[in-house]
Amino acid sequence: MSESFFKVIRAGINTTFQDLGRNNLNHFGIPISGVMDKRNYIIANKILHNVPSHPIIEFAYQGPRLVYHGEPLNISVSGDVKFKIFKNNNEIEGKCYETITLEDYDEIDLISTNKSVYGYLAIGADLCIDYQWKSCSINTKANIGSNNGKKLQDNQKIEVSKIKELSRRKLDHIDSKIENLRVIKGTNFHYFSKESQAKFFKKEYSVTKLTDRMGMRLEGERLDNIINTNIKSEGLVKGVIQIPADGNPIIMLADHGTIGGYPKIATVISADFDKLSQLTPGSKIKFKEVNLKDAETIFKLYEMETNNIISKIL
Amino acid sequence: MIKNISNLGDAAVYCDFGDEVNKEINSKVINYFQSLKDRKFEGITNLTPSYNKLIVSFDLSITNFKKTKKIIENLEIKKNHIISKKKIQIPVCCEEEYALDLKKLENKLNKPIGEILETFFSKEYFCYMTGFIAGMPFLGDIDKNLHAKRLKTPRVKVPKGSIGLTEQFCNIYTFESPGGWNIIGNTPFNVFDSLNEDNPNLINPGDTVSFIKINKEIYKNYNE
Repeated sequence: MSESFFKVIRAGINTTFQDLGRNNLNHFGIPISGVMDKRNYIIANKILHNVPSHPIIEFAYQGPRLVYHGEPLNISVSGDVKFKIFKNNNEIEGKCYETITLEDYDEIDLISTNKSVYGYLAIGADLCIDYQWKSCSINTKANIGSNNGKKLQDNQKIEVSKIKELSRRKLDHIDSKIENLRVIKGTNFHYFSKESQAKFFKKEYSVTKLTDRMGMRLEGERLDNIINTNIKSEGLVKGVIQIPADGNPIIMLADHGTIGGYPKIATVISADFDKLSQLTPGSKIKFKEVNLKDAETIFKLYEMETNNIISKIL
Repeated sequence: MIKNISNLGDAAVYCDFGDEVNKEINSKVINYFQSLKDRKFEGITNLTPSYNKLIVSFDLSITNFKKTKKIIENLEIKKNHIISKKKIQIPVCCEEEYALDLKKLENKLNKPIGEILETFFSKEYFCYMTGFIAGMPFLGDIDKNLHAKRLKTPRVKVPKGSIGLTEQFCNIYTFESPGGWNIIGNTPFNVFDSLNEDNPNLINPGDTVSFIKINKEIYKNYNE
């Protein structure tokens, strides 16, 4: 059987291979990485009957344009993505959340994500890529993961093997957006003046362009620190909101530094991570306080909701 | 031994061992870290030790704060863990093109460059923790006369291999990265190796580091 592969015609802005990331390496300074929007990752793979940890192509804003060579193969796209398929000389408008069969010389152009950041291209075959610490997730800052730790490049090949059966599956689904980010008060909440504590929960913050897989910088009313603008450097986790000396929040995302020295005002709850990562620069959000018990319940509900969505794939 | 245990968000336990930074408190952190690591508890996804804190992250689909806190409280701590205790020598070139902030430090500390470097190179440094970026060691304690604040505006790009100082600590930038420490030189050594999955870091908590001053010629030849 001949070799099957994609050739990258245009790599896109920040296109990487991702999976669920790598655990238990923070003490070396290596973050978890992994997909930014886990729900959309799971759905795209489920549509193709892929296992939950199957590698996926994640892209931001503008995705890649790929040409396929080889035996017929199924793909699916998730998120809110505008894309096109080129078959022979026909141009077909792409639909998210359903199987699409690609044949020799077919092309897919992932043009843009609509009012969101990340989109996913799942492939119904094994990807011939490397693993580091049992994960293919690319961390471009430390050059860790598949593809030599670098984002996808123009003209490179993506080889596939063990192509799956071509079943037809689809899902009616539209991603919802959020306006309130739910948070739990942080370990340094008392570092901020009473007035700033109140502002943090009342005022709107906007997402700035200084946002990537490492973190999201916000802009809004300055938060005044009354104790110290630095703490002794200590561990960070995804969702932590640090406030540096300039008084503007920074939220830690999948590729975050493992250690940081700015006070932690709050932490975004796990149930809101997927939607947090989809906030585009310019989006306005408000922080809403919840307690630990509620956060745990909301997370269980979010997981149930994901399972309900998956069960509706036909 | 842990002064206070609280939650950091809904998927991590924050263990506070105190506010001070010294070897004694740090070795308590490392003891807890090693004991938890050895037991491989289900659901625990990361352990992040630092000077005087330990963060234990967990998978909220599998466990929760209450259960993980209980594990930590009931943990049997094996003292005298065989932690890394290597002595490592790191060559550093402090000539102008690598010592980005040395001139500014001369003013900040009100000491001639010669004296700053002599003081810096005369001591051995203890590795408290690694992180921020992969493999970056946080070393201490540097001489009181060399304590300087971070740069007012952090650099967007600190070159790979840079040696930085701030307060009582020094570090090595294992990659090009943003950073606000005062840069006094650069090492040609690779301090992080992602291909060595079992032991990617050259320097680990518990190790002792001494810096050896080299000139530009040796530095450049090393790279070739």
